[in-house]
Amino acid sequence: MSGYTERLINKLVVANLAHRPVRTLLSVLAIAIEVTMILTLVGVSNGTLHESARRARGTGADILVRPKGSSAISSSSSAPMSDKLPEFLMTQPHVVLATGTIVQPLELFDTITGLDFDEFGRMSGGFRFLAGGLPQQDLDVIVDEPYAREKHLGVGSVLTLMTHDWRVAGIYEGGKLARVCVRRDVLQRLTENPHRLSQVYVKVDDPKRAQEVVDALRVQMPGYPIYTLEYYTSILSVNSLGLLRNFTYVVIGIAMIVGFIVVFMAMYTAVLERTREIGILKAVGGSSGLILGILLRETLLLAVLGTVLGIGLTYGTQWLMLHVVPNSLTQETMYGWWPIAGAIAVVGTVLGAVVPGIKAVRQDATEALSYE
Amino acid sequence: MNDGAMIRVEGLTKTYQVGDVDVHALRGVDLEVGRGEFIAIVGSSGSGKSTLFNILGGLTPPTEGEVHIDGKNLAHMTNAGRTELRKKTVGFVFQKYNLLPTLTAEDNIRIVKYIGGRDMAFDADFEEVLRLLGISDRLKHKPRALSGGQQQRVAIARAIVNGPAILLADEPTGNLDSQNSAAVLELMRDLNRRRGQTILMITHDMEAAGYADRRVMMKDGRVVSV
Repeated sequence: MSGYTERLINKLVVANLAHRPVRTLLSVLAIAIEVTMILTLVGVSNGTLHESARRARGTGADILVRPKGSSAISSSSSAPMSDKLPEFLMTQPHVVLATGTIVQPLELFDTITGLDFDEFGRMSGGFRFLAGGLPQQDLDVIVDEPYAREKHLGVGSVLTLMTHDWRVAGIYEGGKLARVCVRRDVLQRLTENPHRLSQVYVKVDDPKRAQEVVDALRVQMPGYPIYTLEYYTSILSVNSLGLLRNFTYVVIGIAMIVGFIVVFMAMYTAVLERTREIGILKAVGGSSGLILGILLRETLLLAVLGTVLGIGLTYGTQWLMLHVVPNSLTQETMYGWWPIAGAIAVVGTVLGAVVPGIKAVRQDATEALSYE
Repeated sequence: MNDGAMIRVEGLTKTYQVGDVDVHALRGVDLEVGRGEFIAIVGSSGSGKSTLFNILGGLTPPTEGEVHIDGKNLAHMTNAGRTELRKKTVGFVFQKYNLLPTLTAEDNIRIVKYIGGRDMAFDADFEEVLRLLGISDRLKHKPRALSGGQQQRVAIARAIVNGPAILLADEPTGNLDSQNSAAVLELMRDLNRRRGQTILMITHDMEAAGYADRRVMMKDGRVVSV
């Protein structure tokens, strides 16, 4: 096909879409929402997991010991381990420091973590405070910057957690261990878990020996899930979490169905409205391939415009999360998913155009020409 | 078959199924149209002239009988065959112009060239036709910006741009005032005389039919006078 004829057909395609601007806009918007749903879900899943991994790495530990029977990525909402365990771990070869934490779930994704600030400081280099400092009293709490921003907290603010009023003693730079931290002994007492821990972080004299130490500890402590931090952070991915992976697939499926239905409706209406024009094309010798090709080009153009707009809207959701709920969820920009989301939009929309396309091709020319 | 015949129809019938009822639109039509002839098919509503138009144009298949257009037998032609016929052998002019509303007049003509697999440029001969039709300066306009008469002239240009063997016109002046009707009919007669274009025009208007070389009267699905 020469450049001119290509331009002529493209002109017809664009003119057809421009002829019904509201329908075109709604179709593009629906496809954009489909793309945004996919990219936001995948971005939030990955972002939140990667943020957890970043905070785990921020502890400065080399090894993580979790309670018997727990998996690497289950939540640490109970405290079944004895606080004598770190003492035992400290006696093991190459272990230079071990400190335990207790984690209490709050609402939804929030948790409060109890720790020994002195031990944690030696392990991680300590918190970098943007305001205030370490807890001085039993009911003092420190929070990271995103949490403080979302909850509008400053030093001296009162934060009600677990039916207690806590005074915010410090706000620290994010990326270390947890978002809300209190003294370990206080949290153990308040949760009626005296001398119990949820997990233990271990530092070794040489990080290269971490796997060697893990192997030795597994022999000494059968039944305990023990991992190097490197391994632990590597498995914090969507693919490692079956439930999250399946949830992602379900949302992608729903998004595809939405795109399919919207484009089906739009193209079905378009074919009905353009019955006479399709009849004209047939009358002047237009083949089924030509008519189907024009409809498919229109559909593809909708899909491309919808994908571009959807990617743009994803930055909008990212901005909203960062400014409205910075503590709860973290959304990453998933560049690798742009073509995937685009392909999903194209498949959904092309499927949506198939039936209307076949209807257009099968229309009787004489009936189409007499259509009012 | 007469070698000079552009259209030869023998024993043509067309029966439509409307619900459980068979409607006999054509009941054995015989017709012959010579090359370069301008013929008018006249008759009242329901006489079968539009059905004959649709069959001759390959828009709908015949039920029985022989239909030859420029030597091609339509009787057993497939859908694809009829599409090819419309692409290369027949040009249409309709009462309601039937231009694509989203394209300019020029692109309405060019898209037919494209469908016909022709070079997209207008040759000097066709430029002359556009001048004859009086639409050379209206080509960049979309149909909504053209008068009915101008739209019908664009439709005529579109119908003959690929040099079809036959031009079929269905009530081409049905939507025009008397002045534009006369102009369009003059143009058609001019195309017939100057270029030897074979034209078959369907009309119920006897004045319009007067522009043709020959009138064929239809009634109740049959040709009653030639």
